[in-house]
This record gives sequence, C-alpha cells and structure tokens, in this order.
Amino acid sequence: MKEIQVVAFTLGSQEYGVDILDVQEIIKVLTITRVPRAGRFIEGVINLRGNVIPVFNLHKRFGVPPVEDKGEARIIVFQFEDTRAGIIVDGVSEVIRISVDDIEDAGKVYQNLDADFIQGVGKVKGRLLLLLNVKKLLGLET
Amino acid sequence: MLNMDMSQYLDVFLEECKEHLVNLNEKLLELEKNPQDLSSLNEIFRAAHTLKGMSSTMGFNDMAVLTHHMEDVLSYLKEGVIKVETPIIDTLFDCFDRLQVMVGNIQEGKPPVDNTDLIEMLESIKKGEGNSASSEPGDRSSVVTPEHEDKEHAAYVSMPFEFNQYDLTVLREVQTRGLNAYYIAVKVAPDCLMKSVRAFMVFKSLETDGEIIKTHPPAQELDEGKFQDRFHLILVNQLDEDTIRQRINNISEVEPEVVQLIDLNSIQKTGADAQADQRPAVSPPTQAAAAGEKAQEDSFRSSKVKQTVRVDIEKLDNLMNLVGELVINKGRLEQIGLNQHRGDLNEVIEQMERITSDLQNVVMNVRMVPIEQVFNRFPRMVRDLAKELGKEVNFVIEGKETELDRTVIDEIGDPLVHLLRNAVDHGIEYPEERRQKGKPTAGLVRLVARHEGNNVFIEVSDDGKGLDLDLIRRKAVEKGLATAQEADNMTAAQVADFMFRSGFSTAQNVTDISGRGVGLDVVKNKIESLNGDIVVDTVWGQGTTFKIRLPLTLAIIQALLVKVGDETYAIPLSSVDETTMISKNDIKMVQSQEVVLLRGKVLPLVKASYLLECPEHGNNEDIMYVVVVRKGDKQLGIVVDSLIGQQEIVIKSLGRLLTGIPGVAGGTILGDGAVSLILDPGTLV
Repeated sequence: MKEIQVVAFTLGSQEYGVDILDVQEIIKVLTITRVPRAGRFIEGVINLRGNVIPVFNLHKRFGVPPVEDKGEARIIVFQFEDTRAGIIVDGVSEVIRISVDDIEDAGKVYQNLDADFIQGVGKVKGRLLLLLNVKKLLGLET
Repeated sequence: MLNMDMSQYLDVFLEECKEHLVNLNEKLLELEKNPQDLSSLNEIFRAAHTLKGMSSTMGFNDMAVLTHHMEDVLSYLKEGVIKVETPIIDTLFDCFDRLQVMVGNIQEGKPPVDNTDLIEMLESIKKGEGNSASSEPGDRSSVVTPEHEDKEHAAYVSMPFEFNQYDLTVLREVQTRGLNAYYIAVKVAPDCLMKSVRAFMVFKSLETDGEIIKTHPPAQELDEGKFQDRFHLILVNQLDEDTIRQRINNISEVEPEVVQLIDLNSIQKTGADAQADQRPAVSPPTQAAAAGEKAQEDSFRSSKVKQTVRVDIEKLDNLMNLVGELVINKGRLEQIGLNQHRGDLNEVIEQMERITSDLQNVVMNVRMVPIEQVFNRFPRMVRDLAKELGKEVNFVIEGKETELDRTVIDEIGDPLVHLLRNAVDHGIEYPEERRQKGKPTAGLVRLVARHEGNNVFIEVSDDGKGLDLDLIRRKAVEKGLATAQEADNMTAAQVADFMFRSGFSTAQNVTDISGRGVGLDVVKNKIESLNGDIVVDTVWGQGTTFKIRLPLTLAIIQALLVKVGDETYAIPLSSVDETTMISKNDIKMVQSQEVVLLRGKVLPLVKASYLLECPEHGNNEDIMYVVVVRKGDKQLGIVVDSLIGQQEIVIKSLGRLLTGIPGVAGGTILGDGAVSLILDPGTLV
C-alpha cells in the first residue's frame, strides 16, 4: 500500500499537511524584513544562514485570522530546485504517514477557486488534513 | 619518472587554438573588407601556420593537413600569385568553420574529420589561378628553420651533467648488468610551439623499454617547457644507437643531436677533474645561443595573446560567496570595534578591511570579462546572414573592451544574436529598396557597449525601415491587449513595448514588421532575469534601436544606509549625488508636487515612507534628511528619517519569487544579521 509522509501544521484551527520531501527545514520565526510593493501574501524576507529567503503569510492567503499566541509559530522552509521560500504557520505538530487510499480528492470537498493548490484531504484517525501543493501555492507552478 | 599527462597539454592546446581561431576569423573579415591589406593576410598566415604546428605537435593530423593546405593558398596570396577574391575568402571561411568543428571534436573526444572536400577546393584554387610554376610553395621562405647554424652548435654540445657518487654507482651497476647507458642530446626545432610536449613524447618513446635516469634541465623544467632548443638526458637500455636515433626521429620537430655510449671511465675522470674542465667548454656557445633564443622567445611571448587558466565558473562563484560572507563578517567586526574602543582591536580590524577589500577587488576582477568574447562571433554571423539574404550590411562594433561580470557575459550572447538577426533580417532593407529611398545601399548595423554608472548599456541599432507602429497598434487592438482608444493615445515607446509581449507576433502575422516580434519576449525575459531592462526606440523609415541596460552584477557595492520609520534601507552609492538636511519650511508646493530649492535648483521631493508604504509613523520633526539621487538625467530628493552611513554591502538576490519588484534591487545582510533591502532609485518612483 502506497503512503506519503507529510509534515502536519496548524493555521488557525485548521490542520494542513505538506509533502516532507519538499521541506528543507523548520525554523523558529526570525526577524522578518518587510518588502514593500511585494505581493500581499508576502510577509517579508529572512536571513537564513546568509541567504535571503521570502516568507509567505498563509493567514492572509487563506483568510485565516492571525492567532494571539505566537509562541508556537514556525517557518517551514521549502526548497524546489534553486528556489527557496518559507511559510509562517501557527504550529508544527508532527510528521504523519498517510496512505494514498486515505486521501480524498480535493475537488469533491472544496469547490472554490482556492482548491487549486489543495492537493487533497488526508484522513488520519478522524483528523482531516488539507494537503497543500506548495509549488502551486508559491506560484512556482500553475 | 616523469609524470606528464597529455591531457594537461590538451587544455592548453584547445585554449590556444581557440585564440588563434578568433584571430583568424577577425582577420579574414578584415581581409574581405580590404583585400589589399597585407597585414591581415600576414596575420592569417601566421595563425594558420601556428595552428598547423600545434596540431601536428599534438598529433591531430586532420587539422594539420588542412591548415597546411590553407597555408599554401595563403602563401600564394601573399606572393601575389593569386588574387584575393570572394570565392577564395569563402573557402577560407569554410576552412575556418571546419577548424572550429575540429577543435570542438577534439574537445569532446570525437573522431577526426574528413577534409578532402576542402582540401580539393584549396588545391583547385592553387591550380586554377596559380599555375605559374615559379613559386613552389614548398620552398617559401616565410619560416626558415635555421638548421645549418645549429649544426655548428652541435659540435659544442657536450654532456652538461655532473655525476655524484650515487649516479656513478647506478651506472656501474648498469654496466655489470650488460645494459647500455647513453648520453642523448635532443634538439628541438626553434619554431616548435609546445616544447614540453615534444620532450614528453621523446621521454615516452624512450621509456617504453628503458629508463631515463637523469635529465638536464630537470624534469620539472622540461615539463614546463623551460628550456631552449635542446635538452639532455641519460638513458639506460639495451637498444643500439641507431634504434634510439630512429625513435627520436620519428617524432616531428625534434632530432637526436648526440647519442653517445657513456664511457664510465671517462666520466669518472671528468667527475674527478672537477667541472672546471667541462663547464667552460659548454658555456660560451650555449650562452650566446641562449641570448638569441631569449630574444626570440620574448618576441614569441609578446605575440602570444594571453596566458590563461580555465576555471570552473562554479568555483569562482563559491569564492565570491565566501568573500561575500567575509565582507559581512568584517562589517560585524567593525561594529564591535566601534563599541569596544580598543586600539589594538581597531588596528587589526583596519588591516582586515584592507585585505578584504583587496581580495574583493581581485575576485571581482577575475570575474570581469571583456564583452569582446561575446561580440567576436557576431561579425561573421552578420556577414553570413547578409549574404544569405542578399543584403549589404556594414557592421560596426564599438566598446568591445567593456567589461562585464562573467555570469552576465555567459547569458547575454543569445539575446544579442536574436536582436542582430532581427536587425539584418527585418530591419535593413534590400539594396534596391534602399536606393529608392535615397539611403546608401549598404545598411548600417551597430553594436555598441559602454559603461554608465553601475550599468552596462548595449545598443543594437540599424538604419533600416523602422517599426510600423500603426500596424503594431492595430495588432494590439486585435489581440485585445488595448482598446482602440488606448492604443491611439499611447506613446511610440509604449506601442513598441507590445513587441515584447509573449505571443504578440505568432505565426500568421509574420509580415513586414511582425517577424521582429518573434521571440522578443524571450529576449526581454532573459534580460530581466539578469536584472536588466530593454527598451526600443524607432523611427519609421529611419531605423530601430534596442537599448539594453545590464547591471555589472557587482555582487558587492558601496551603499548608503538610511532609516525610514524603523526600517533600514540601502541605497547604492553610485546613484546618490549628495545628502542634505532641510527644514520643513523649505518645502514648497509646485502643482501639488513638493519641491525644495537646492542651490537655486528645484528639486522634487518624495517621502520614502510613502514610496515604501511604511506603516504610519510620527516623525514630525522640523529637520528632514534628503538623499539626492539620480534618475536618468533628472535628480530627485528622497526624504528619509535618518542617515546611518556608508557601508559596503553584499547584494543578495531575493530569489525567483520576488523578482521585478519596482524600486527594490535586492537584499543585503547587515552586521546584526537582519536583512535590509537595497533600493533602486531608477525604478522606485
């Protein structure tokens, strides 16, 4: 039975998952420098060991109100070929294995436009994880 | 005993071949323009001759044979036996092309090429026009191998070796084992270009069944080609003298001058007799010869283009990154130094600063390459294209010595090819058409590069028919890119800009103008990916100019750090004219534009906090800081909250996801580890 490993994280009250193979690392939130005139969803840039990396704000992207307690907030850094980018999340919980059979096609669940970058919905022990296609989310793939 | 590797020479060989080919190409073009030009003919001849020598040295016979035949034809041309005519030039160009192919093949380890077609053409040129039996190319006097004089030298040659106790033991051992020890002096032809290779080949051939126990000069120097026209060695083997001579003779450009069985007794005597007896006998002639050869060698050196080392660009990038890190950390150290007030610390920091800035300069320079590298292949391309199309084109290149970062050089070639092809293909009209329009029949295509501030500008212009803006307008409306009214109100530049839209001129509209648009979006994308931009300027009936601006990509620049709200920004010093302080009362309004009088000149002001969409902040102080920046030929005052100072910063790209943000040229990492954005005044407002 085929299964994938995802990094599960929370944004507001919703749980999400991203393919672990896309994730380069997970870091605590560093000083973020705002980038004027960049897209609305770009929180800014950070210095990751000498490299400047853009960080996306998924709260704005998904219309999730920001949470009060930022203590658990993390930046998940992705790497696709030579492009790196991070997203801010409210908390990273664990790495979960999900069997492919337990992934529901996103189209059935979501009908709005945003469904484009939602790959599917993973069902794990009664929890529902929205699995993101990060490449599409970041605009690296259309 | 000698660890010489042929591939090491192969690199040198290829490198030099390419240099000579570039030269050959250039001179051929010159010759075509000016058939009477004897100096370019001489240069061509020299290049062909050198290529012949080098390739036969390396054993690439296909190349050697072809260049040999070229040389024959060239010598006929030089002697005036045949005249420089287009078919001959064309053939020579074909030969040049073939040579390039061959060099490429050698580089990729592909098999040799069959050149009989070209050789036949060259032969027929020789026969067809040069049947006057007077000058047989075989005895042409251009390159004389001064054999005779060297024969005389041979008399003086004697063993330059001194034998120590160890050597003698070895030699004695040899004798008892029934082997022969030979003293061999090998003479290398004076015009031999790769002496070290020759030496290597001799060694290789002799070492198959013998051992070389001593050389003069030492192996290392032989390896580097540091010897005059002969080298000496002691060989131990079982062969007889004739076989050895024959073996050496089999290698071209060398000959065995002395092959002499060593008499152990006589050695012992000379060894004991000290060198006094031997040295003077050798020295005078060799020294005299040496002087002459030195001069010859020097002139050879100076005629050689450049000594180069090929380095993987990735290594250079790594080096550059490391230097970048070093500069960042130097910045941190400086900050620490400022707080510590310690004399010795500051002294060290100052030293560090000097060294890092030197290092930085060196690394930057290593990466800078004259744009010539790219430009060189264009004259030929334009010529061929013009011929193919039946057009006449004068191609002018200016500023090819302009230096650019390697990374940019590597990328800029294709877009330029595209623009030049467009210029010749679609810009320049046919001679007949030009005549009717009262233009000179030969069109002019110019390729100009120059530095301007921190940018390099490259212009491709033609004096052809220009762009039909109305047609573009119609097309844009047709494609729904603009309404008819919008299109009518657009400036010429805006209209021309449509051509850079992807898919703007696809297949069906390849008519008069539209061929021009094919792939221009690719050109634009490429240039923008290099952080540059491209604009087009055109006058109907008079020509088109594409103007490309490229950053030098100086990865490290001097910048002015300023504070806006609580954010820190860096402005490249190259675009800062001055900084000044003004009072609120100095600000005047001209047509709802804030201006200030600066030494009698009106300076428009903009607030950085407004431009940068800063969150509101309550700076209501009376004194304001203004950074006066240059934008094109205008000046602009940017109002900031405070000036931090001048600092060296390392430009870091914001990555693919954040390209093309107007006003932001990149990011940098400050001494405290935070990212600060670099502003680009050119696109900020």
